[in-house]
Amino acid sequence: MSPRWTGERTGRTPAIRLRGLTKTFGSVNAVDNLDLDIAEGEFFSMLGPSGSGKTTVLRVIAGFEQPTAGTVVLRGQDVTAKAPFDRDVNTVFQDYALFPHMSVIENIAYGLRVRGVAKAERLARAQEALEVVQLRGFAQRKPSELSGGQRQRVALARATVVRPKVLLLDEPLGALDLKLREQMQVELKELQRSLGITFIFVTHDQEEALTLSDRIAVFNAGKVVQLGTPTEIYERPSSPFVAAFVGTSNIFEDALARAVLGRGGTNSVRPERISLHSAPTGESTISAAGTIAEVIYIGTATRIIVDLDVGKRITVLEHNATASVESRASVSDRRGERVHAEWPPEAIVALDSDSAATLGDAAPAPQGPVGHGASIAPATASKIP
Amino acid sequence: MTSETSARTHPASAFLHRHVRVRLGLLLSAPLLWLGLVYIAALAALLITAFWTVDTFTGQVRIEWTLDNIVTVISGSLYQAVTLRTVGVAVVVTLIDIAVALPIAFFMAKVASKRWQRILVIAVLMPLWASYLVKAYAWRSVLSQDGIFAWLVEPFGGSTPGYGLHAAVITLAYLWLPYVILPIYAGLERVPDSLLEASGDLGANSWRTFRSVVLPLLWPAILAGSIFSFSLTLGDYITVNIVGGTSQLLGNLVYTNVGAANNLPLASAISLVPIAIIFVYLAAVRRTGALSNL
Repeated sequence: MSPRWTGERTGRTPAIRLRGLTKTFGSVNAVDNLDLDIAEGEFFSMLGPSGSGKTTVLRVIAGFEQPTAGTVVLRGQDVTAKAPFDRDVNTVFQDYALFPHMSVIENIAYGLRVRGVAKAERLARAQEALEVVQLRGFAQRKPSELSGGQRQRVALARATVVRPKVLLLDEPLGALDLKLREQMQVELKELQRSLGITFIFVTHDQEEALTLSDRIAVFNAGKVVQLGTPTEIYERPSSPFVAAFVGTSNIFEDALARAVLGRGGTNSVRPERISLHSAPTGESTISAAGTIAEVIYIGTATRIIVDLDVGKRITVLEHNATASVESRASVSDRRGERVHAEWPPEAIVALDSDSAATLGDAAPAPQGPVGHGASIAPATASKIP
Repeated sequence: MTSETSARTHPASAFLHRHVRVRLGLLLSAPLLWLGLVYIAALAALLITAFWTVDTFTGQVRIEWTLDNIVTVISGSLYQAVTLRTVGVAVVVTLIDIAVALPIAFFMAKVASKRWQRILVIAVLMPLWASYLVKAYAWRSVLSQDGIFAWLVEPFGGSTPGYGLHAAVITLAYLWLPYVILPIYAGLERVPDSLLEASGDLGANSWRTFRSVVLPLLWPAILAGSIFSFSLTLGDYITVNIVGGTSQLLGNLVYTNVGAANNLPLASAISLVPIAIIFVYLAAVRRTGALSNL
């Protein structure tokens, strides 16, 4: 049975401490010498493209995978060699993994049942958990009789009813449609706040990570390329990879950067920081002339593609709250229009140009560090406290 | 259908496309004819024979309705003893096969790598390529007084069971093992790994996970496998002839009555017994609800 922690540790001991964590599948380094501390009570997201190693880290923390090297320390206790059932962490699976032969209430009570909790108590606690996820009255249903969103809630109730110290969530909202996903995001956040336990959330959806997290670790090729709060990650991306993966970025490199921005290196400007004017306003110090190539209406905003005269295509996001209805009505007429793109100097974010090589590697499976040669950023990219 | 598309297709296929029932009829008529005439009619003819009789002088089957054969089979002490023995052997063979198949199937489905999985499936299927007779005779040689079995266990003070009911059980369990492994393996393949992980994650050790998650989900597959080993054992007589010594099962009685005794109606009546047992067994399985999950 799962051990009970003797003496609550409320001090500075992190909920999870990973040191030198490496997981190799054949010749592929899925996780590459990872150091990570996750604080008590934190909503921590691991964000990255598929194959970046984030799910492997989660599975190593849960105990489903043994790391090739390194340690997993759970609240000061080394659990690296322990089986999943001996760890005080619980997982919400991507496919929910509900037991199809058990009713909803039996599913939720399962963790209590295997711990030997008496029947009356475990049913009461399961019922309570069912009410927390707003599924009162569904106790006797089978998982096959539930919708995706309801299954998701049962999985959450089942994992939280045993009161784990850390809850691991493996892309739990991936299978839901957009509306439900947004609703579940709010509920997840509220649940985490009310339970007060650490959530480790794996996702490839940057918006989800930004919305939910206290801190985000952006993964690429088995490494954490940036660690920070959502604001830090979005406003101050450290590399072209992060700038491109989290949100949309206009990236200016070397010669272009010197020509347009007046400085060298790799720089990024977010589309919503750029405004378009028929003539230079003089308010902003940075201005570039160009022609509108495409106008895409997306409801809350309009995305405008502008070909700058210096030979760079940029994306501009114009919020429809600020634009007049007349200008929105005639969006298609604006193609070919001459404009001046302007943005304040503080909108420019200098990126670590050394890691530019990783930019194109978002999708393919991670290769060994040898494959990337010296172009990968060694120290700056990994841990930022 | 638009004229552009139908213009290029054959008129017959266009006709069949529009007439679903005709299409279905053409598709099913041949197999239904086979099933109806050749399979069921032959079986029915056999069973009807059980209610006929044999002319004691000529040895010819006489179409004269009687329940004598049925009464003989039900009340005769020989038939009762053999029926009980046959059911006992079938149950033991089935239990042995399930006990052996479960770990093998689990290893194949959940532990082995993809490569080993393929190799093991072939290894399980391989014995089916060899003749049934050869395998039975192979066991006769294995279990003989100076066979491999004796050579293996004699240093530890054991001895070969010799030819008899034990040898029949061992050989039958060997013969039907692939039929039990394969459904259980297929059933395990359908259990997602994440269910096993979720069980462990929630605090269940491996044995608990097996009992509470794997076994209930696998129940239909185990029963499917057991139907094979159980019914195949009920009908067997060759293996018992080869390694069974003097012991007889229902199949042997059928064989003697068809051959030596030349009493086809009685043989038919005896063959009704395993059919009745299988029906009882299937009804019992059905009551567990396992068939609806197949």
